[in-house]
Amino acid sequence: MSGFKDVQHLFRFAGLFVAVILAFLVVRSYVVPKSFGEYGHYRGAAIGEIAAHPIKFAGHQACASCHTDIVETKAKGAHAHVNCEACHGPLATHASDPSAMTPVKLDTLVLCVRCHAASAAKPKGFPQVNPAEHMGGVPCQSCHNPHSPEIRPDTGKSLAAGGAR
Amino acid sequence: MSGVEGYMYPNEVTLYWSVLIVLYPYITGLVAGAFILASLERVFRVDAVKPTYRLALLTALAFLLDAPLPLQLHLGHPERSYEMYFTPHATSAMAMFGYVYLWYLMAVLVFEIWLDYRRDIVLMSQQRKGLMRVVYKMMTLGSNNISERSLHIDEKVGWIVTLIGIPSAFLLHGYVGFIFGSLKSNPWWSSPLMPVVFIFSAMASGIAAVMLIYMAVTKLRKEKIDMRCVDAVAMYMFYIFILDFSLEMLDLVHRIYEADESFRSLDFMVHTKLYFSQIVLQILIGTLIPLILLFLTQVATIGERARKRIYVVCSSLILISVLAMRWNVVIGGQLFSKSFLGYTTYKMALVTREGLLVAIGLTILPLFFLWVLLKLLPPWPKKELQESAAGD
Repeated sequence: MSGFKDVQHLFRFAGLFVAVILAFLVVRSYVVPKSFGEYGHYRGAAIGEIAAHPIKFAGHQACASCHTDIVETKAKGAHAHVNCEACHGPLATHASDPSAMTPVKLDTLVLCVRCHAASAAKPKGFPQVNPAEHMGGVPCQSCHNPHSPEIRPDTGKSLAAGGAR
Repeated sequence: MSGVEGYMYPNEVTLYWSVLIVLYPYITGLVAGAFILASLERVFRVDAVKPTYRLALLTALAFLLDAPLPLQLHLGHPERSYEMYFTPHATSAMAMFGYVYLWYLMAVLVFEIWLDYRRDIVLMSQQRKGLMRVVYKMMTLGSNNISERSLHIDEKVGWIVTLIGIPSAFLLHGYVGFIFGSLKSNPWWSSPLMPVVFIFSAMASGIAAVMLIYMAVTKLRKEKIDMRCVDAVAMYMFYIFILDFSLEMLDLVHRIYEADESFRSLDFMVHTKLYFSQIVLQILIGTLIPLILLFLTQVATIGERARKRIYVVCSSLILISVLAMRWNVVIGGQLFSKSFLGYTTYKMALVTREGLLVAIGLTILPLFFLWVLLKLLPPWPKKELQESAAGD
């Protein structure tokens, strides 16, 4: 028995260690959500919660069902594959009830340079300009129709320029 | 764009790993280094360094308590950091390191310190009054047995713990080097030598820190500095620093000889943005001067007073050199573009969460922790403790 007495303090330290580990496991069982690890290293219930969020983007087809003229113009130009809401923002509310919300008219001076300001990282064939030199404060839609921005050689403007909608 | 030369990808312009991430490997390195110094006495039976043994352990603990703080301040959501423990991700080195940290803190450092101090703790729990008595009573874990046999068992177990502690200390700091060395996307970091270089520089800095602290604390206590001890510590510091310098030069020569596609860009960076911190501070002032001075102490007969001054200067310079090395690794690795066509600038803020003042505070904080630990567990037991132990 005296042999044990001389190592008793070590068992006490080990006991403290085990108690801390047990406390950790107990806290863990309360803190970690039940659905954690259901599908992967994340909370499984998060999928349902995210799916329950209200839809904000209407999608290209929803716009095309009313704005056929714009869609036709766009289909002929370089922006054919740019979705409406990429520039106009999420408009599911407008698509479900057009009178409930009117989209804000966009400032092309701000909008267009987001993609078309010159940067060495962009492919050479991508249209890019130095905004200060290229337009000097004149809104882009004065010359370019944002829905089909190519300049026609005969008019010096693009199709229906000045009518950005 | 201000601060940018040439071409940077947009996500490279701002540095995300700030001065606090420089501080983190520096502090963990001091922990590992201080522990290795303690193991010299315990495992390798280097009796000369005994006066630094307990101080080295307490220094390691003080810095280890400080080590996670730079990371916490760097995190966007520090309140979520505990999740790393609750939902561990086995494929994430950073997540697994959380366990290495806890293992090292609890199973190695705290246990070893407790074993080594147990006799003192029991005696103080009997002699002290008031709140401190309660604190020491709790620290005894209810066991007052300090019989010769139980202390002998403690000694044996402590030896085993230190033996386990050495690879643990290597793991603790090797991890930091691993995190950088395993990033194959960054040629400044990606090198299998990185963990080894980190470990050796950590040992040099930890030993330098303990030597400085030992000399300062002994001076403050108005005691005589044990020259046999500091000479031995300086000798080990010298040898380890030579190894560290050789490994870093090996890495450098390897890079120069290999001269892969990143070389011109990195070479340009070393000659411009990192010139002061790497060439001047880390190599010339921080490495060559201490190496020459320490070499002189090994081959020439130098008076005690001069040796002490040399050791203080060398330890300080080694600490600066290793801090500069961490800076050059962490900050240097983010200054150049992965396109190798441009460079950005690190603007260190002053009073922000990751600014200079916080970094200075976090560097001083472990000294405060150490002060508390020295008060709680004095490495040099007072006379009354020794006397009462003698009467046992």
